[in-house]
Amino acid sequence: MEIPYTVSPRQDTGLHNAKLGIWLFLASEVMLFGALFSSYILLRVGATEWPQGSDILSVPLATFNTVVLITSSITMVMSWAALQMNDFKKYRLYMGATFAAGVIFLIVKTIEYSDKFSHGLFPSNNTFLAIYFCLTGLHGLHVIGGMIVNGYFLGPGSKMWKTEPERFANRIEVAGLYWHFVDLVWIFLFPILYLL
Amino acid sequence: MSDTHTDEVKKHVKVYVNVFLALMVLTVVTVAVSYLDLSIPAAIGLALIVATIKSSLVAGFFMHLIHEKQAIIATLILTVVFFLVLIFVPLFTETDKVTY
Repeated sequence: MEIPYTVSPRQDTGLHNAKLGIWLFLASEVMLFGALFSSYILLRVGATEWPQGSDILSVPLATFNTVVLITSSITMVMSWAALQMNDFKKYRLYMGATFAAGVIFLIVKTIEYSDKFSHGLFPSNNTFLAIYFCLTGLHGLHVIGGMIVNGYFLGPGSKMWKTEPERFANRIEVAGLYWHFVDLVWIFLFPILYLL
Repeated sequence: MSDTHTDEVKKHVKVYVNVFLALMVLTVVTVAVSYLDLSIPAAIGLALIVATIKSSLVAGFFMHLIHEKQAIIATLILTVVFFLVLIFVPLFTETDKVTY
């Protein structure tokens, strides 16, 4: 059976189904991260003392990672724009850059984590580290998830461009919406954990 | 695809680049502000304002929310309401303080 409304919009929503689908998923993601942000507020307000994030964590590395993620957001949207302009080569270039940015982000994150571990800093040490590892760990898993999808569309999944270009462009748009959301979460995580 | 379509996409691309530059500047602002010796409430307030502006730029332009269909906007309004409920749940602890 063919999946309905992958290209043409449904009359009642005015959208192709994948787009409404990803937004509903992102809404549930907002609640997932929202619950953890809420827990962070509760733990911090209730704590008798709370460390300054920058005393424990590396602000330069996190700033660098912020720049990496924001850059990957624009390359992601550019890869979609390239498809709109029928330029598959450019799409590959931008999507490749987006994927590479994901790799860089994870490498930096690994450096940060192993630095903490080598200094004997674990989630079990204190509430701050517990919520730090929980939030950045969950965010990191989201980056990995996005990279799996982006990697698929960069490699084997890109065959669809030849057979169903519009449907493929819609897939990239939807993958992009998810990727921007991951960037958006980091925009809040960075100041909350590292700077405040 | 038609030429007018291509022109329109090119306009979008310009907007994306400008948004990207704005995000970079705001990232610098976020970090710079943290080096000022602000009081904790002021620092938190300012950091959250900058983060909100940045995320609005990402959502509005990269995620195309500024000209999105009603079905999505309605879904998101509902999400924002429930998100705020979640965020303000910790306030209930204030109504039930342990006194010594």
